[in-house]
Amino acid sequence: MKIELIQPFINAADAVLAETLQCPTRMGDVTMDEEAYRRKGVASMVTIKGDIEGRIIFDIDSPTAAKVASYLTGSPVPESDEVARETVCELANMVIGSAITTLNDQGFKFKIYPPVVHADELGEKSSEDQEALVMCFDTDSGNIFMNIAMRYNRRRRADSRPS
Amino acid sequence: METFPILIRKDGKPIRYLVVDDSVFARKNVAKMVESFGGEIVGEAGDGCTAITEFDRTTPDMVLMDITMPQMEGIEAAERIVRAHPDARIVMVSSVGYQENIVAALQKGARHFVQKPVKSEILYEVIKYVMGDDAAVATPAAQES
Repeated sequence: MKIELIQPFINAADAVLAETLQCPTRMGDVTMDEEAYRRKGVASMVTIKGDIEGRIIFDIDSPTAAKVASYLTGSPVPESDEVARETVCELANMVIGSAITTLNDQGFKFKIYPPVVHADELGEKSSEDQEALVMCFDTDSGNIFMNIAMRYNRRRRADSRPS
Repeated sequence: METFPILIRKDGKPIRYLVVDDSVFARKNVAKMVESFGGEIVGEAGDGCTAITEFDRTTPDMVLMDITMPQMEGIEAAERIVRAHPDARIVMVSSVGYQENIVAALQKGARHFVQKPVKSEILYEVIKYVMGDDAAVATPAAQES
């Protein structure tokens, strides 16, 4: 996956998490995920279709999700609460929406679908065609993970044309 | 939360809002902000179709509408509401803020756009701008009564 695709997500996560959680964020490890995606806690997935296709999963372990939800709602939220899942979905929506805005301004055209809770323990395995990259953001509330698997549709179409 | 001077309608009553977003969390967040401005939430909707029926039921002074939603997206809902109620004041509130999305929303009748995460000071100024002469900052005496 090219850095031009990844950078908007890093910038968006950094800005949105810092603004929303009112704390500095530090970017931790970035790793390639060659195995099937395994959910860490409360996860929300956004699908993108168009010049770039793929999915982004926002994943927060349950205690951190509850802490973030409690901070944002101003009242204690239990780990299993629906509000924690809602919070993760909305954070995903804001981070991914912001990154998509940047990519769109760079000329990529696509459609973004509303975030859905990723309830399954396991997701699809990444492929040579669509590698998955996992980023970790360290916040005062705990670690927040973003798992990105995307590919260029436009380039694929161009590559597949007969020469 | 930052405090703002209370915004009221010209007739001295609270500004009535319809908040539309598929995320309950986002609706509560926006509702909390507008209530801190002195507004009243008269309806909520989680998709564009419900937004249309809720608009007809509540006839709010202002709609705060998300764009990316299931069933019917915010821009289409805005267009349908404005077609039926040309004076409807609709402000799009979305995390997806690229130029063509904003232009499309404005062309369909939305009055303004606020990007998520919503900053209360920006939302306050946008509401004040969109309400125009139909709203005013409440005087301390009016706030006490």
